[in-house]
Amino acid sequence: MGTVIQGHVGIGPSVSGEALVALDNFSARYDLDRIKGIFSRPSHKLHGESYVGKVLVLNAAKGGVATAWMLREMASRDMAPLALLLNYANPIIAQGAAFAEFPLVDRFETDITCAIQTGDQVYVDPATGAVTIDRDAT
Amino acid sequence: MKLNEHEQAILAGNMGPARQRAMAQQIEIGRFFDAEDMVEVAQAHIMADTESLGEAGVRFLEDLADMPLDQCKVCIPTITDPRGADFNAYQRINHDPVYVELERRADQAFRALGILMTDTCINYQTMMPPVLGEHLAMGDTGVVIYSNSVQGARTNYEGGPSALAAALTGRTPRFGFHLDERRRGTACFDVTHQPATWTEWGALGGIVGRTMASYYEVPVINGIHGPAPTSDDLKHFGAALASYGSTALFHMVGVTPEAPDLQTVFDGSTPDPTKIGKADFEDFLAGYGAADDALDVVVFAAPQLSLLEMERCAYLLKDRQVHRDVAVLIATNPENKHASDRMGLTQTIEDAGAVVLEGVCFYQMHARELGEANNWTRLMTNSAKLTNIIGGYGYEPVLADMERCIDSAVAGRIV
Repeated sequence: MGTVIQGHVGIGPSVSGEALVALDNFSARYDLDRIKGIFSRPSHKLHGESYVGKVLVLNAAKGGVATAWMLREMASRDMAPLALLLNYANPIIAQGAAFAEFPLVDRFETDITCAIQTGDQVYVDPATGAVTIDRDAT
Repeated sequence: MKLNEHEQAILAGNMGPARQRAMAQQIEIGRFFDAEDMVEVAQAHIMADTESLGEAGVRFLEDLADMPLDQCKVCIPTITDPRGADFNAYQRINHDPVYVELERRADQAFRALGILMTDTCINYQTMMPPVLGEHLAMGDTGVVIYSNSVQGARTNYEGGPSALAAALTGRTPRFGFHLDERRRGTACFDVTHQPATWTEWGALGGIVGRTMASYYEVPVINGIHGPAPTSDDLKHFGAALASYGSTALFHMVGVTPEAPDLQTVFDGSTPDPTKIGKADFEDFLAGYGAADDALDVVVFAAPQLSLLEMERCAYLLKDRQVHRDVAVLIATNPENKHASDRMGLTQTIEDAGAVVLEGVCFYQMHARELGEANNWTRLMTNSAKLTNIIGGYGYEPVLADMERCIDSAVAGRIV
């Protein structure tokens, strides 16, 4: 058993994958080159990093409403993150997750960007809001 | 969530699978935000440019539009945000016809659903202004923050799929800014420098927005004196605040309807205010300065221009000529474009070499590909919102007031 961090009940199916973490915010329109699958906003802490297939762990949902469509669009091209864990979601991210059947959890008992490190293997269970970190997994 | 008889019938599929799916999606979002029930909404506003939709989103709309009309027609008045291509002007800006064709398909699908193609993010200035206490499902963060703050209506950010769901059910989950308790102030700002231009109003929105930690923060702006801000001032302020802060509601003491004074807008005592002075504005603007004077494109958009902004552009461009190495793009909605045509403003602007775009907004029309097609990198604008967005699309944004943007466009370099 790894460390379990409890969040609010989320949206979407359960998944396991590798975490990509930063104390920064998230908007699909503002921050991403969705064709290349990388963070493209120069000021973003993950600038240049590929997010495809990663459990993205960030602070808050920011920016405009486009993300609501974009999660599903990215998933249709197999260019989406695997899941999104945030300290604070906003309605747009939640609406996008519901539309795309995409795993999203937020409002954790601790700052999720501190609790998880890049490279950690995590299990995300939106139905309960629990995230399990297994640092020994390879 | 508590559902009434009508809502239960929708969820049971009695009104077809599209409305059933929409209601199920809304319930999932309602649970995520601990909504107790649904609230009826009077109008929906859908952000669904084709850059966001992609092929997957357009196919989703086409599949919906293929259903029998009684199953897919919207059940409340539903309008659209700016679209992803200007069918009349796309060739003038080297907009890829592939995207224009995608836009035509989306446009046809929306029309088949009974949606009114207003193609605007300034519906509050040109269509039917929201009313104090009116519950709505508005897309576009700028529309949400203006409707909530300046007009006292009640809406959350409703992304495209969510606004479409509201259009199909006539409901939205009752959470966030539909609730009295979420509309109270959470942070206080004392402004000691009065914004003098649309750019400075946008800068103020950016300065406040950067400090907002979450969607549920409600900043209260105190210290605005002198003549009341105009609708365009508050439009630029709100759009930038929403963009930088993911903020959906602000109060401005003595200006907006739910903030006659500080005591009314805060529960209990007023929090210690954050001071915002002239140096803060200068710092913000300096952050969007340029290392050299190179200039490729000047954009007035985000939000679309009001008729009064169109008139200002025309005044500043009259009897002048944009430099051959610089493009000037001006985006407004179809209503203001037609009015500008009728009043001679479009003629004046385009005689100077600028391009007026209709029913679109620059960052919602494949800005990255437009930049690559036209070799645009250095972008100058008077919109703080646009400067916040456009860096991720490969541009180097420079923020300056409209006069300086146009002087630079004419000079062919940043002046």
